[in-house]
Amino acid sequence: MATATVTVPASTPAAGALRRPRSTTGIASWFTTVDHKKIGLLYGMTAILFFVIGGVEALLIRLQLAAPGGNILSAQEYNTLFTMHGTTMVFLVVMPTAAAVGNYFVPLQIGARDVAFPRLNAYGYWAFLAGGLFLYSSFFLGGAPDGGWFGYANLTSDYSFGTGIDFWIIGLIITGIGSLTASLNFIVTILNMRAPGMTFMRMPVFTWMILVISFLLIGAIPVITIGLIELFFDRNFGTNFFNVVKGGDPILWQHLFWLFGHPEVYILILPPMGIVSEVLPVFARKPLFGYSFVVFSGVAIGFMGWGVWAHHMFSVGLGPAAVTGFTLSTMFIAVPTGVKIFNWMGTLWGGSIRFKTPMLFAIGFVAMFIIGGLSGVTHGVSPADRQQTDTYYVVAHFHYVLFGGAMFGIFSGVYYWFPKMFGKLLHEGLGKLHFWLMFVGFNLTFGPMHVLGLQGQPRRTYTYPEGMGWDFWNLISTIGSFTIALSIAVFLYNIFRTARKGEMASDDPWDARTLEWSISSPPPPHNFDRVPMVEARDDFWHQKYGEDNEGRPVARVRGGSNGDAPGGHDEHIHMPSPSYWPLVSALGLPFIGYGLIFHWGWLVLAGLLVAWGIFAWAMEPDVEPESEPEPELEPELEGVE
Amino acid sequence: MAVATHTLAPDVEDTTSHVTATGISNVKLAMWAFLGSECLFFGALISTYLLYRGRSAEGPLPSDVYDIPFTSVSSFVLLMSSLAMVLAVAAIYRGDERRMRIWLTTTALLGMVFVGGQVFEFTEFVRQGLKLDTNLFGSSFFVLTGFHGAHVTAGVLWLLSLVGYSLRRGIGPEKAIAVDVAGLYWHFVDVVWIVIFTVVYLVPQ
Repeated sequence: MATATVTVPASTPAAGALRRPRSTTGIASWFTTVDHKKIGLLYGMTAILFFVIGGVEALLIRLQLAAPGGNILSAQEYNTLFTMHGTTMVFLVVMPTAAAVGNYFVPLQIGARDVAFPRLNAYGYWAFLAGGLFLYSSFFLGGAPDGGWFGYANLTSDYSFGTGIDFWIIGLIITGIGSLTASLNFIVTILNMRAPGMTFMRMPVFTWMILVISFLLIGAIPVITIGLIELFFDRNFGTNFFNVVKGGDPILWQHLFWLFGHPEVYILILPPMGIVSEVLPVFARKPLFGYSFVVFSGVAIGFMGWGVWAHHMFSVGLGPAAVTGFTLSTMFIAVPTGVKIFNWMGTLWGGSIRFKTPMLFAIGFVAMFIIGGLSGVTHGVSPADRQQTDTYYVVAHFHYVLFGGAMFGIFSGVYYWFPKMFGKLLHEGLGKLHFWLMFVGFNLTFGPMHVLGLQGQPRRTYTYPEGMGWDFWNLISTIGSFTIALSIAVFLYNIFRTARKGEMASDDPWDARTLEWSISSPPPPHNFDRVPMVEARDDFWHQKYGEDNEGRPVARVRGGSNGDAPGGHDEHIHMPSPSYWPLVSALGLPFIGYGLIFHWGWLVLAGLLVAWGIFAWAMEPDVEPESEPEPELEPELEGVE
Repeated sequence: MAVATHTLAPDVEDTTSHVTATGISNVKLAMWAFLGSECLFFGALISTYLLYRGRSAEGPLPSDVYDIPFTSVSSFVLLMSSLAMVLAVAAIYRGDERRMRIWLTTTALLGMVFVGGQVFEFTEFVRQGLKLDTNLFGSSFFVLTGFHGAHVTAGVLWLLSLVGYSLRRGIGPEKAIAVDVAGLYWHFVDVVWIVIFTVVYLVPQ
């Protein structure tokens, strides 16, 4: 697999009380790993776990609503389920999936051996996991949150009893810390660690989109953190931020939440847009149509995403000026999104298309996203929005963009990159079955919700009486949701089957275009034996193909310029050593939360744990010194932290 | 915090000596991005304060409790700490570790004086009947300035850790970036205070 010798760090007394971990294989190594690929896999596996949990919550909701007068769930149970379903899918599934794919493939796509801050990166994962587990521990410690994923004050500040909302607040702050550190790492990695020649306008679109959402996240996370802190103080320390009696204004919560929440929507959708922008060119065997338009549209969405938040609040009475302004800005942001859709279609036009599973999901993404985008434009028209607010029409809309859009894009990426990550191809027939079941099930589930919404069925209401005319479409929707569940079962079986007897994949099974396909499958720990010299956009494609007089690709004779070619390798590549400290310092975070909710004693202990972790981390060299003398710093080593 | 304490790792080559694609060292770029994020953190708190300015239904009101001369002095102390911080960074880039320790300690002491002044101010306000839950002013004032004070406290701990590290293991010019980045954080916390002092204390209600 790897032709280069990777330095195994020698054992030296660690700075903290614990001996430095050394193993890079085995179960224990996953807890101390700082390898961005392993961290990417951890994010991915955790996201799949939470996806299944969030999916079960959705199925319970659909069972309850299958027929009028459903009595499977009580109103309170229903409230906690839709709250946890939304929170899980947004914060614990789609966001970490971007971190998963980004972690694994951004360094590979920019020709880097590692990320800028390997331990900070590990810390981001552990904080995310800690926050997710903390949130779910609420089920066993006095009841889960029940205020919706948006947690509107003063419902959450004054009228939600028990500690569920406190778990929700602290859980989101902890996952926010993880997102923040992950974003800082992505920003510095992408800006600073590009291989020679990898200019901005040669970067793969997926890497571009991760860069854009990282900037969105470092701006959006602090805003919701302040909202959450104010809510926590209102609930626990008697402040008056959302207390109407003392003159506080619950609308402030909505502004803070949606000032985070709308950039968040683009944080969720831009990475899948990036994935689709990678997949479509490969399976159409054409370069991405209008690369710079796609990139700049993504950047434009990133900027404009900050100016549309109040379209979530048209019905609260902001006044005609604000409503008009936000209607206009909402109309405008549809423009760069539309530009992207036309570019994707332009990429397909005239291509020699191969309908492999990743391609099916990518096309499904484009089609479903158009529907979701159009229903989104109808929300943007504020008079129409008055009719749609808080109905199932809204539920239909955001599932078309976040499931039909984001999840289809993510599955496209999973099928596309699976052979690179594991060296085996997922079964194509099962993959297609997965796609068609999910495609049909998805439209059965969420298509009827448009109708139900316009007929007036309210969201977040645990049951409905007979005779409203909603029975038929609700039943169809429930049937659709179980079809989706079946498709996910097929997907999980496909992974299980592939692990046991899957077809081995070559290094470049799709004849792809970007640098990650130039190295072995799975990649060696140090990624590139030689740091690539990038000479063009889609550099790997141009290594493989020239053009004839009419611009058709002609295969080049392989000249061993491939980074994986035998012979050329460096003797000493220093990879950062594994470390306990990211895990230790993240482990303290949920216990700080328990301290704030239950007893201050935990607070002290957990605070000390975090402090210990940070100090030991600071004292620890990121690469353990070798016993042999340090060789001359070779150019290839530059950029490795 | 983790971002920057990270730079203390002793056996790493100074990050500035690596050629990065932008020419800015990794830690410094990360700190700038983090401070950008912090701008929105304080931006949201200051917006909350401004939104609720003059909307408290009952007293004590700002005019009842503010002691502008006192806060001006403690603000001046904090501003002077930035000067000391600049001198500490300059010293370590010259390789003068002893002076760096002196100036870092000075910075930390000035920071502690500021935090002490804030503790005194808070106590005084509570004595005059302004608490976290008294009115909108109390809530937004204490949470805003409290989080700023927490940032200063974290900065003081960071600076003292650098002094301790320097005494134990030494910080050579090749690791000056660790002090430099701490300095960026410290200056940011100072700049935020200038905004808070102006908006919260000086602009007439």
